Amino acid sequence: MEMFIDYLWVFIIGGLVCMIGELLIITTNITSARILVTFVLVGVFLEAVGLFDYISDFAGAGINVPIVGFGASLAKGAIGAVRSQGILGIFTGGLTATAAGISAAIIFAFIFALIFHSHTKK
Amino acid sequence: MDIKERNRAYNKYVNAKIPKTRPWPTLFNSFWVGGLICLLGQGINDLLLYLFPNISEQSAWAYTLIILIFLAALLTGIGVYDKLGKFAGGGTIVPITGFSNSITSPSVEFKSEGIVYGICVKMFTIAGPVIVFGVLSSALVGLIYYIVYLFI
Repeated sequence: MEMFIDYLWVFIIGGLVCMIGELLIITTNITSARILVTFVLVGVFLEAVGLFDYISDFAGAGINVPIVGFGASLAKGAIGAVRSQGILGIFTGGLTATAAGISAAIIFAFIFALIFHSHTKK
Repeated sequence: MDIKERNRAYNKYVNAKIPKTRPWPTLFNSFWVGGLICLLGQGINDLLLYLFPNISEQSAWAYTLIILIFLAALLTGIGVYDKLGKFAGGGTIVPITGFSNSITSPSVEFKSEGIVYGICVKMFTIAGPVIVFGVLSSALVGLIYYIVYLFI
């Protein structure tokens, strides 16, 4: 039962975050690139002020799967690296923490671009 | 016709031509599709921790994201994800799968312009700004924390 409640929170918070994105698109005609940038910056901010972990504790993937989680990882990486490496951490922290995601996206995009053809121009 | 009036007429024409997404159904669809994608992520994460108890929570989370990114890239390649995007809007853009889609989609689309100028250049049309702003803001946060740590 407890697990069901946890999953329900993931669904509701995740859905709400996505719905806020859709609401922004409908009301302001904002492009998807700006949506992604906005949510990344929100994630960076939430992590920087220390709020992200509180949301993450009960929302789990609901806040981590949205790109907000990507922003939070960037900030978390930078904060951690600054603590352990000093000034160097400012330059290494963000991308180190998000390396898996960015690399995976580039690798799979390249492979599937070689395999598949465009569907829009038929 | 003076320029102001012409611009107004043009804007009116453009507004009439741009595709309208039906607001309320897509809002509802973005909620449950986005929620389900997050739920899928949580499911994969919990399954990984159950199957491989030795890996750390952090590694399990990284594998989860890689799997989600893989699935989104595959669905984009076969043309399903963009159709889902028309149906669910923000529900498919905001999750990390939307980031994956934003890289794979132009790569596949501009493949015909060659590997370097097609795939590799167009790959970052949407992801580029995301990575640039992400790096800039995380560096800023790092700098602030560096200064804070100097004084405590």
